[in-house]
Amino acid sequence: MKAIVNVGLKEGVLDPAGKAVHHALLALRFSNINGVRIGKQIVIDLDENDEKKAKEDLEKMCEELLANTVIEDYNIEIVK
Amino acid sequence: MKIAVILYPGTNCEYDSKYAYEMLNQNVELIWHKETKLPQNLDLVVIAGGFSYGDALRSGAIAKFSPITKAIVEYANSGGKVLGICNGFQILLEANLLPGAMKHNKNVHFISKYHHLKVENSENDFLKELKKGDIVNIPISHGEGNYYIDSDALDELYDNNQILLTYCDENGKILNPNGSVDSIAGICNKNRNVFGLMPHPERAMEKLLGSDDGIKMLQGLIS
Repeated sequence: MKAIVNVGLKEGVLDPAGKAVHHALLALRFSNINGVRIGKQIVIDLDENDEKKAKEDLEKMCEELLANTVIEDYNIEIVK
Repeated sequence: MKIAVILYPGTNCEYDSKYAYEMLNQNVELIWHKETKLPQNLDLVVIAGGFSYGDALRSGAIAKFSPITKAIVEYANSGGKVLGICNGFQILLEANLLPGAMKHNKNVHFISKYHHLKVENSENDFLKELKKGDIVNIPISHGEGNYYIDSDALDELYDNNQILLTYCDENGKILNPNGSVDSIAGICNKNRNVFGLMPHPERAMEKLLGSDDGIKMLQGLIS
């Protein structure tokens, strides 16, 4: 099964890259944007059939490596 | 004194750090990250700057899992002195030896230039050769030096005098190059044996090359 992990800066933590892109979009005359946040998408190909076990493993992966929980949030999506 | 300079794949300041401490007449050994043990009778561990694992995922994120990092955490937890410079600081944050985290610089640029720093606390081994309020001129060279810490943990840093250095101009007025919370450039842990800073004191050892203010900083840990 495949898992998609999205990691991004927590709400309230300023995202410098997102801000830069926001300014660039304004320069392209897209004036109807309230904000831009940039994150990472990590696609993991898992050799696992048990969805519950996969979710548990992914949770551990996020806590230990994929996200820095001091500044980042994550969400996990299983794709069959 | 015996000093270990740690070398991860992608570290690139190991020879500068070795040169700097050899200039101060110290015995320096480079230690590859696959080693599981630090040398015996060590006085100081220096985690040198660079781009360990190419900054994959986040700077310092992968280096945390190298065998030598485990040995460094044990060494630090038993009171050994550890200095992390630039990427070394980022690794210490990822390894939870120091509080907080690093984000991309506020202006999203890699910044490489001399910058003035103000000594905020000198009652520690690292900055004891300097005085509170002293201003030093030290090169910075980083893309992810935007130090972040939440307000509760920041209060704790202030309460325990853990903020060591802040970015400033030549007169000591706050000048924040990267967006760091309260212009923080360097901190230590509560026990004052683990030190991390983004600027590179090992690159400020010769007046001829711009500044020798790094000498006093590096000397603190060996005197």
